[in-house]
Amino acid sequence: MSVVTVQLGQCGNQVGQELFDVLCSDALAGHRKTYSTASCERFFHLTSQGDLEARAVLIDMEPKAINSSMTKALKGGRWRYGEASHFSQKQGSGNNWANGFCVHGPRHKDAVEELVRREVERCDRLAGLMTMMSVAGGTGSGVGTYITQCLRDIYPASFILNHLTWPYGTGEVILQNYNSVLTLAHLYQLSDAIVVHENDTVHGICSRLLNIKAIAFTDINRVIAHQLGGVLQPALTPDSNGVYSLNPLGELVSALCCHPEYKLLSVSTIPQMPSSSVPYSSFSWTGLLKHLRQMLISNTKMEEGIDWHVRPPPASGRIRSVAGSSFNTSLANLLILRGKDVYCAETGNFEEATIYTPWLSPAEAFSAWKSPIPFNKYEKSATLVSNSQALLGPLEDIVRKAWNMFASRAYIHQYDTFGISEDNFLDSFTALEQVVSSYRELKS
Amino acid sequence: MEEGVISQILQGPLRELFDSAQLLTDVSGSGNNWATGHMTYGSVYRELIVDKLRKAAELCDCLQCFFLIHSLGGGTGSGLGTRVLGLLEEEFPGVSRIVTSMYPSAEDDVITSPYNSVLAMRELTEHAHCVLPVENQSLMDIVQKIQMVAHGAKPELMVRRNATLSSGQGGVHEVEKPFDAMNNIVANLLLNMTSSARFEGCLNVDLNEIAMNLVPFPRLHYLVPSLAPLYTLADVNAVPRRLDQMFSDAFSKDYQLIHANPKQSMYLACALMVRGNVHVSDLRRNIERLRPSLSFVSWNQEGWKTGLCSVPPVGHSHSLLALANNTCVKLNFMELKERFSKLYRKKAHLHHFLHVEGMDLGCFTEATSSLDSLIEEYDSLDATKDQATPDPLRLRIAT
Repeated sequence: MSVVTVQLGQCGNQVGQELFDVLCSDALAGHRKTYSTASCERFFHLTSQGDLEARAVLIDMEPKAINSSMTKALKGGRWRYGEASHFSQKQGSGNNWANGFCVHGPRHKDAVEELVRREVERCDRLAGLMTMMSVAGGTGSGVGTYITQCLRDIYPASFILNHLTWPYGTGEVILQNYNSVLTLAHLYQLSDAIVVHENDTVHGICSRLLNIKAIAFTDINRVIAHQLGGVLQPALTPDSNGVYSLNPLGELVSALCCHPEYKLLSVSTIPQMPSSSVPYSSFSWTGLLKHLRQMLISNTKMEEGIDWHVRPPPASGRIRSVAGSSFNTSLANLLILRGKDVYCAETGNFEEATIYTPWLSPAEAFSAWKSPIPFNKYEKSATLVSNSQALLGPLEDIVRKAWNMFASRAYIHQYDTFGISEDNFLDSFTALEQVVSSYRELKS
Repeated sequence: MEEGVISQILQGPLRELFDSAQLLTDVSGSGNNWATGHMTYGSVYRELIVDKLRKAAELCDCLQCFFLIHSLGGGTGSGLGTRVLGLLEEEFPGVSRIVTSMYPSAEDDVITSPYNSVLAMRELTEHAHCVLPVENQSLMDIVQKIQMVAHGAKPELMVRRNATLSSGQGGVHEVEKPFDAMNNIVANLLLNMTSSARFEGCLNVDLNEIAMNLVPFPRLHYLVPSLAPLYTLADVNAVPRRLDQMFSDAFSKDYQLIHANPKQSMYLACALMVRGNVHVSDLRRNIERLRPSLSFVSWNQEGWKTGLCSVPPVGHSHSLLALANNTCVKLNFMELKERFSKLYRKKAHLHHFLHVEGMDLGCFTEATSSLDSLIEEYDSLDATKDQATPDPLRLRIAT
């Protein structure tokens, strides 16, 4: 029932630190003993001195981000990383996936595997492994993919969840599209589920919902941490027989990723508002769920500017052509409800066959988890993890831009130097076009 | 290859910084002759240089890159410098080579500077990972602009372009040696480039990431640097400008460290390295704002590499270094070629070069053809500017 997290690269380490912060403060808030014990057991190791140590391994090819995350954790005073649970080098991966995957990964495989093994052995029972990384850079993407491969070999029976942060569409790293294509194509063979957060979407949440004027990466990372926390904290699932689930990753994977062609999961959480407004707001489950459902089917990533005109196609005849092109078809949805009166929440509107692809019945496609404990100071909050066409648009953008660049063979010499040839690229493009095609076909 | 400059440094305030065993001087200089520097001194001192390089490299835990700093117009920096570049490639093949080269301006007082520069450029194109070209004339203009702002001088009082640069402009009170202010700007360039490697930030950019992201094709590695705000050592109390103004400035032709106007040519890639209290939203906003006025190559429409370092330069709240891989450099190269041809047609001063052992006309023709093909590569990319190129056909999957 414990999850071991591997944080890779600058993004992975920064987001990971914020995630553990949210998990810890939520776990320790108020008098909720069973919840608190379950959460701490899941994510932290209790040392003999009574300190909470995150069940995490920090990996980076240069030391600054790791040092910064470990210091921040210590400063907070409520939890920390294990003293020896990190590995870094002096020289980064140069934003080059090939450098991460072909050079740094193999070179440091043993050291990293050893660190993960130590964390895994400290768990009474392993619920699974989660990696956190970005796809734009070199270490998170390249080394992260390589390490996922190694972990898959060493722990074949464990669930592996990859959390990926996708970069801004307007560019953070010029090679980001190449690195993303190579990462996604390889991870698809290795991962059980790929949970994605996009910087653009989260940036929008920060500016329009949270009213943050000068948005820094810390703000972005906190939103991601809040949403992920809402997914990962203990909840009562249909299979857990009235107690907090002992197999959260397994249940997530079986709820959402029943088909190997469909592994991309998006996350939406409502409500999201400035922390100063939270104590003064109150919501009804009906209202929240109505908005969340419309966000899902209209493919709106946040609770603002929702297009209420988008409707699912009529049930009769399943003539999909009637549905507008903006209708987002789902393969499977997982709704996680946390807070007051959660057992009164009606989730019927997520169980209609019209919002799902025809070859899975709503009973199989939809799952709901509940927890009566309010999460992260919100009296009521709903998180939707969705395997749908929501990520199709962004994915196509990445593939299209990468392909355009590849057509000119720009930067290919940089990858070739480290062992990734044009053929490797072509294989990855083929794999991703297959994924794109599968998700597009969900419409019919 | 002469003692004056190094002796001065050894008597100056930074003498403690330099290990005397790592210094190499000769007596008579290279006579502004690339061939003397490259061939003669290159062979004489090869072993010694390699030895000193090894010593320095061994002191490093993890050697990431070499910085080569020189001028192209003279003999030693240009000739021996490019020889050293070749040695670095031979001896340390896996280590990046980042070169800061001072390009001669049109009114350079070294007559053979076009020869030296073209001969050196061939070496730079073949052996460097990336080159940051800087021109003296641009630095002079920038220094003048700074002094105008600092002393509140009116534009009419601006000193004429071809006045010799000495410390006598309009009653400057510090006793600055000539070129100090100009060199200071180049120093700031290097400081800003390495800031993310030296300090923390929320989006770090290591030195190897710079070449990796900005060099799409191995030979097209000339990056136009521009700095904002502009300041020299004496200027630490400059009035802080608005943040957005800093971004606009970095793209204006007056802030480039070579004579070029990248806005009118095509960008292959652009890096923005920001220091100080700047957030990712500020960066996003400015990129969106400036993007419409810039022309990027069709396959790199979002060709931005960004870095955020939390520590600003001394005395300022923020600063920006932009490195642009832009086709505008071809104009500088074409001018250089022009100046070279003027001399070469008449065979002027050629005998000084050909007298040196190991040097022959072949070197000149190879150098010119290297420069020509470089200009042609930039040209062919330029030709695609403003063309609506359709997206190449994607792979089709059988359904």
